[in-house]
Amino acid sequence: MIAVVALTFRVTGIALLVATILGVPVGAALGLARFRGRRLITLVLYTGMGLPPVVVGLFVYVALSRSGPLGALGWLFTPAAMIAAQTIIAFPLVAALTMSAVDGVDQDLRLQVRALGATRWQLAWTVLREARIGVTAAIVAAFGGIISEVGAVMLVGGNIEGQTRVLTTAIVLYARQGDFALAMALGLILIALALVANAVLLQLQGRSR
Amino acid sequence: MSGTGLAYRITRLRHRYGSRLVLDVPSLDIARGETLAVIGPSGAGKTTLLRLLQFLERPSEGRIEYEGTPTVVPMPIETARTVSTVFQRSLMLDRSVRDNVAFGRRLRDGHELVEVDALLERLALKPLAKTNARSLSGGEMQRVALARAIATGARVLLLDEPAANLDPRNVAIVEAMIRELQIRGTTLVLVTHNTHEARRLASRTLVLIDGQVVEVGPTAAVFDSPANPHTRAFLSGELVY
Repeated sequence: MIAVVALTFRVTGIALLVATILGVPVGAALGLARFRGRRLITLVLYTGMGLPPVVVGLFVYVALSRSGPLGALGWLFTPAAMIAAQTIIAFPLVAALTMSAVDGVDQDLRLQVRALGATRWQLAWTVLREARIGVTAAIVAAFGGIISEVGAVMLVGGNIEGQTRVLTTAIVLYARQGDFALAMALGLILIALALVANAVLLQLQGRSR
Repeated sequence: MSGTGLAYRITRLRHRYGSRLVLDVPSLDIARGETLAVIGPSGAGKTTLLRLLQFLERPSEGRIEYEGTPTVVPMPIETARTVSTVFQRSLMLDRSVRDNVAFGRRLRDGHELVEVDALLERLALKPLAKTNARSLSGGEMQRVALARAIATGARVLLLDEPAANLDPRNVAIVEAMIRELQIRGTTLVLVTHNTHEARRLASRTLVLIDGQVVEVGPTAAVFDSPANPHTRAFLSGELVY
């Protein structure tokens, strides 16, 4: 059981970290800059936010299968495949919500920051810092999206005991086997873990104020 | 080439937003160390002029030289940092008063001047140093915005209504600070609706009406014997936009 909880956190944690490292700069750039194609990228991100996880899982499965373009990696039915699928699910959430948060920072405040002598990078960093509550909310939303996700990790991980079984896939398995008490217990553990993780994120948000 | 005593030289400046001409300044020199008041009704182009002088916008036509060099947008950062603006809306960063005041200084060298504390003291902000600047009153924010611009060490300050809506005590504090800047040799462009303030602080005054320069000259002359009928109408309160 501890192994299942640990793997859940490892997969979701790494996926969230990668999605944050990639998604926050992309969202910040989209929120700060105006360029041709911005609306199209925004449309793609918004669509990505609503992608059914099982469809993401399907694409990742096909890509990582032996005859797929990334088959040589040998990731299918490993935690790496689950991390890849969850990163793809989390990325548009982090990027799009970060973009909205950065976009919401007063345009006149940006002018004021420039008039105080900020370089482009200093301006970007300052605006991102001003948008930090929204950016934290983006990360919280992505965390909620992937820790509760079952379709993609089931497809690409295979729910193999001791290797790729996480809380959500274990719940599905035990429920199917009729062991509802165990499934419910795992469900409560999942909720409790999500509660703790969100409390930590909110604490960080509060501290940055 | 401009003379060495000039901060700005504007030549045949015309600025448009879309097809609308918002500013037309055939020629204007601003000397280093002088205080130029810019007065005029709302929508006259005063704030647009400040944005151009801060290198935030590229003029649609004409030329602005800064310290003898034609300006470009974006301006090289080292030059841009010699000018700072206090905008009419005092927008605060979501951090403490002290961090707001030190902000521009930290952008430059990562270090704060001792002056940050002196400025807090000078503008009666010391008791508020640790308070989040967004929780301040409008008047307090105006003082923070002024302190923040001064702390950058810029040699040109563009002030858009720095004492508007302040009570008499705060007006006195802000004007005393402005006088100190004048003594230090800071070039000041002061946009104001308050003709008394312009009279008290500026050696020269520029009157802008509907984007056009209708009069520019020594402050006393502009106020006491305006040559232009529009200036007379504006000063007597007849011209309201």
